[in-house]
Amino acid sequence: MQYMLLFNETPEEQGKRNDPAQAEAYWGGWTAYMGALAQSGVMVSGNGLQPPEVTTTLRVENGARHVVDGPFADTKEMLGGYVILEAPDLDAALDWAARAPCVTAGSVEIRPVLPPPAA
Amino acid sequence: MDEARREIAKQATLAARESYGKLIAILASRTRDIAAAEDALADAFAAAIAQWPQAGVPTNPIGWLLTVARRSAGHALARRQTADRSATMVQMLADERRDSDADSFGDDRLKLMFVCAHPAIAVDAQAPLMLQTVLGLDAGRIAASFLVAPASMGQRLVRAKRRIRDAGIAFVIPEPAEIPERLSAVLSAIYAAYGAAWDDVAGADVRLAGLADEAIWLARLTVQLAPDQPEARGLLALMLHCEARRGARRGPDGSFIPLRDQDVALWSRTLIKEAEAALRTASRAGAPGRFQTEAAIQSLHAQQRMTGERLYVPLTKLYDVLAKFAPTTGVLVARAVALAESGDVNAALSQLEEAPGAETYQPWWAARARILWLNGQEAAASEAAARAAGLSSDPGIRRFLLAQGYRGDAHR
Repeated sequence: MQYMLLFNETPEEQGKRNDPAQAEAYWGGWTAYMGALAQSGVMVSGNGLQPPEVTTTLRVENGARHVVDGPFADTKEMLGGYVILEAPDLDAALDWAARAPCVTAGSVEIRPVLPPPAA
Repeated sequence: MDEARREIAKQATLAARESYGKLIAILASRTRDIAAAEDALADAFAAAIAQWPQAGVPTNPIGWLLTVARRSAGHALARRQTADRSATMVQMLADERRDSDADSFGDDRLKLMFVCAHPAIAVDAQAPLMLQTVLGLDAGRIAASFLVAPASMGQRLVRAKRRIRDAGIAFVIPEPAEIPERLSAVLSAIYAAYGAAWDDVAGADVRLAGLADEAIWLARLTVQLAPDQPEARGLLALMLHCEARRGARRGPDGSFIPLRDQDVALWSRTLIKEAEAALRTASRAGAPGRFQTEAAIQSLHAQQRMTGERLYVPLTKLYDVLAKFAPTTGVLVARAVALAESGDVNAALSQLEEAPGAETYQPWWAARARILWLNGQEAAASEAAARAAGLSSDPGIRRFLLAQGYRGDAHR
């Protein structure tokens, strides 16, 4: 079964990416985590994401396009990345979620992936 | 003021904990219906909260709760089985008369623990079931500690209780010949509850989220209820040794401090003394087992740090004994590290390779890093440490591994 883990980070946590004093530990933690996922053979795909400042949101309402800078609203946590992994059950997916560096500075959302429609 | 209030709250919690399991054990022992006993006891506690502040606490609170719970259970049963209504009520009143002497109800909690760890109950449900029925912990907290979704933990517990009722698992102390094996399951469940507190909870103050206190309480209770069982004392000694080091395991910023770098002045001498006394009493029975051996290993580790004497060779011998009692991956990994520390790195590496199921087991990779560093294989050791870091759920341990903490004193 496939699960998507959505990695949410607090703004402070995401700010470590560009803080010279903390960037090494931050990226070291993520590199080790993504490496363990890949080497254990559970990872299907995954990526880190750039921050909300470079995000653009599009909506079309009554035929009119709305293009705005940033995500929908100010939130306490920001999506920092995701992986899709192959796990036998939710417990196994939870084990992987617990290892994500952002779980102590944000949260990890675990979503079962919809199976492809039967042919 | 706040201190006083906290103290009262703590005592109330302890009193509730003390009586909860006793009452569940008494209520469920005949019917074998733990879920019904829990419902009935919840009714009784609700009635107590409503009535005691006005009427005062009854002279025999446990007897009072038991009577109210029995009536509630009797009514519930009668509602379900209208045909047997009168028989049910007669049985309930008979039970109530039998309990009327306050001191006559014995302590059935050991029986309840044997039921929870019965071979017919799924292993992953045993520790949670014990925490819920003996201590009255709520399913949400248990689920969090074992890192399981609350809904699946709820199902696991419901299934286990249904099994006890439907399979008619008896609330009895097993036959003497069966006791060592059955008790071992009880002790393993308690240790699993303690281990959940150590391993799976991130952050510096494990006590806040984990179940370490609760597990130690269960171990003490087991010793109290089964004083002639050396393995119960062994488990208590093991847990107390680990607990004694709690204050030394973390730096002020939550950083991880391995045993060899801990400030032994921060270890609790009281707990170490209690652990040593429990282990001595246990060893007098002349029946060694898994938990006594694990406690002896921790005792040697403590001695090694406090005296500075190198004890890796005797430690390796004890790990060999332990691997005979409990050849789990965790034990095999720890044995390999002890062997490497004693100087035999090649044998340690081949032992590590043979440990099964290690692919995503964090301690295996941490052990590999340490052993490779001891062998001067810098690049491979760093790689193993990074893999261990990626498998860590604790930020302090992750930082420690990435900073090559296990390189330690190897080849400086």
